[in-house]
Amino acid sequence: MPEQIIHTHELSNGLTVVIEPMSDVQSAAFCFLIPGGSAFDPANHGGTAAVLTDWITRGAGDLDSRDLSNALDNLGVQRNESTGLNHLAFTAATLGANVPAALSLYADIIRRPKLPDEEFEGAIAGIEQSLRAIEDEPQRKLMIELRRRSYDAPWGLPTEGTLEEIARITAKSVRAHYDRCLRPNGAILGIAGSVDIQEMLALVSEAFGDWTTKPDSSMVTGPRGERVGHIDHDSTQTHIGIAYDAIEYAHPDYYKAWAAVGVLSGGMSARLFTEVRERRGLCYSVNASLNSLKHEGRVLCYAGTTVERAQETLDVTLHELQRLGDGIESHELERCKARAKSSLIMQQESTTSRATSIARDWHFLKRVQTLDDIRRDIDELTVPGVLDYVHQHPARDFTVLTIGPNALKVP
Amino acid sequence: MKFHQTKLANDLAVIAELNPAVHSVALGFFVRTGSRDETAAVSGVSHFLEHMVFKGSEKYSADDVNRIFDEVGANYNAATAEEGTLFYGAVLPEYLPQAFELFANILRPALRQEDFDMEKNVILEEIGMYDDQPSFTAYENLMQTHFAGHPLGQSVLGTKESITALSCDQMRAYHRDRYLASNVTLAVAGNTDWSQIVSLAEQHCVHWPKGTCVRATHEAKPPGGLKVITRPKSQQEHIMQMTPAPSAQNRLRFAAEILSVIVGDHSGSRLFWELVDPGLAEAADLDFNDYDGSGSYLTYLSSEPEAIADNLARIQAIFAEVNQHGIREDELEQAKNKVASRVVLRSERPTGRLSSLGGNWINREEYRSVDDDLKELRGITSRDVRELLDIYPLGATTTVAVGPLESL
Repeated sequence: MPEQIIHTHELSNGLTVVIEPMSDVQSAAFCFLIPGGSAFDPANHGGTAAVLTDWITRGAGDLDSRDLSNALDNLGVQRNESTGLNHLAFTAATLGANVPAALSLYADIIRRPKLPDEEFEGAIAGIEQSLRAIEDEPQRKLMIELRRRSYDAPWGLPTEGTLEEIARITAKSVRAHYDRCLRPNGAILGIAGSVDIQEMLALVSEAFGDWTTKPDSSMVTGPRGERVGHIDHDSTQTHIGIAYDAIEYAHPDYYKAWAAVGVLSGGMSARLFTEVRERRGLCYSVNASLNSLKHEGRVLCYAGTTVERAQETLDVTLHELQRLGDGIESHELERCKARAKSSLIMQQESTTSRATSIARDWHFLKRVQTLDDIRRDIDELTVPGVLDYVHQHPARDFTVLTIGPNALKVP
Repeated sequence: MKFHQTKLANDLAVIAELNPAVHSVALGFFVRTGSRDETAAVSGVSHFLEHMVFKGSEKYSADDVNRIFDEVGANYNAATAEEGTLFYGAVLPEYLPQAFELFANILRPALRQEDFDMEKNVILEEIGMYDDQPSFTAYENLMQTHFAGHPLGQSVLGTKESITALSCDQMRAYHRDRYLASNVTLAVAGNTDWSQIVSLAEQHCVHWPKGTCVRATHEAKPPGGLKVITRPKSQQEHIMQMTPAPSAQNRLRFAAEILSVIVGDHSGSRLFWELVDPGLAEAADLDFNDYDGSGSYLTYLSSEPEAIADNLARIQAIFAEVNQHGIREDELEQAKNKVASRVVLRSERPTGRLSSLGGNWINREEYRSVDDDLKELRGITSRDVRELLDIYPLGATTTVAVGPLESL
């Protein structure tokens, strides 16, 4: 594996920059995580951060909405803004040579947004449209509602809120969210690709060095939703969601948990695909993945199947999850390791995935794992170690949610 | 990056673009067969056969196939469309021989009856899954309505009825007739050497039968029409429209590509500013799709049902304006900057190069480097776009609606 240089620097206001220069690429990407995500939405105003995520790009610094968008397009910036639980996330990828100019536009967006009144309705309407569209797509709806039943509020709440909540949000309340939550302390900027470390550090310090810190924002907590449920929907398939407790990304046993889920759903030779789809033909899509918050983690599973076969699909899937503790073959673990190592190396061909990974690592771990670190952790995995994890964190006390024409019998 | 090509004795085309600076290597077997090559009696067979390939060969069982791909850490999949079936994977260079041998072997699949019967359930589930995605329903119905009477109107997935009725023998015959060496292009992109590719191909593919495949590629003459699929309980209305555009062999396709970015890219385009930015629609895009001998502009609109009539009128007004006055120089320049960046970013991964490498060869027996693409892009003028619009104006020849509305 080629040598990896990762440079980390924390500004005096608490903004952390993580830079990974990459050779043999022309592009560079950055991922900017700014505190103020949906977990900090005011009570009964879910969607506030999501509206801000849209509104914030509608004019900044000296540029109005259209000029700003044009400027980013002219720099060839492929961009995405999304609302996370903790942060607003801004990712951008373009030619390395255009990164300084792009970063300076993002400094305007983040620090000097116009948040113009005349653009507010557009931002709200966009979120409303997207919430309505989810109602027509049972698979997406299922995963959103499964999270609500998997984590306590605010962690399980949908980042875009609900139609009722969106109706309550005003321009004033969103501006207040901006003033209260967006800040440098806790912000993370990951940059990867064809860039120079010193040049980036100078740029970031000039653009963000005088951004003043703010106190921690408060959040409204509450219970999670019912553990077992069904939502009636006039759909062709029954969509099944299952969740159970696991551990978080920063946990010392994280890679064991990752391997346990890998044995279940890591590739096409993994158990769920083999038993549910290949042997029984019960569905096209079945999978499980490890989902992590900062303080807890869960396994989230999905299967979509026609109504007549839904009960069998649920039963077989639950059985596979539970029988993991009975034993794991060494070749099953070896395949997980092989897939992980290969994808680690291939990550180095994408500046966007590196920028995202290093920012994510800093958020969860307050350090960045090199690819060699991860490879070592993966190499050290053993069957007894993974099984030990499974015994300590068995698949049980399932959260089960279905969407479709009929409810299922949940054991 | 260096390009190589050869043809095996059985006419299998082998092409490669090698790049020692990347970490992986991607390979793809592009089989020139898809739903347009099917008869009504076997509707959906190309896609079903793509699944069956992974059920293994005389040498490998289905479990073997899944196991070996995972053992070598392959990032692999397959896809079937109207005119092609693609089997592809990316691996670290040291695993290329194993991944290659496996792909080459299973492309002569055993097509066992019991596997066929089991996989039929999965295909029916896949049809059910897409049925729960309104935009997919709109697309399926649009293709069928727009290309009515032309092979491009044939469904990729088939229907519940056609799949249920399909026999394993019919699939065996289809495989025998379409998976001929002369109908397959092997493309490789990334970090490996040419002599290894040639030797792997000689070793594992040279026995594939040659023979010829025919395909009718006359340009479609869409009759036009409207189809409304009413789903009273849905929240949003999904509209798709198509109108003729240049084919994959037409040089105007570059202008059509850039026009679709200017008019209908997901952000910063005319449709975006008119409909999405003010929140009138959830989505309003224009895509350009080129096929063998035909092409189409595809418009997609998703919004509240009450706003559909007004939104469609806005789209038509934009199209009329563009048809009449063409595009502005600043829009063209901006679109070029956007597309150039996409081309470069995509090219940094072997899997990103693979599809254009294979696609250019299948459609035109042509190699185009990243620099060729960038040069072509930079050379597009507003006069080219004018010429395009005079021959292929934007419009709405065919319309399909899925959602609560009973009529449009």
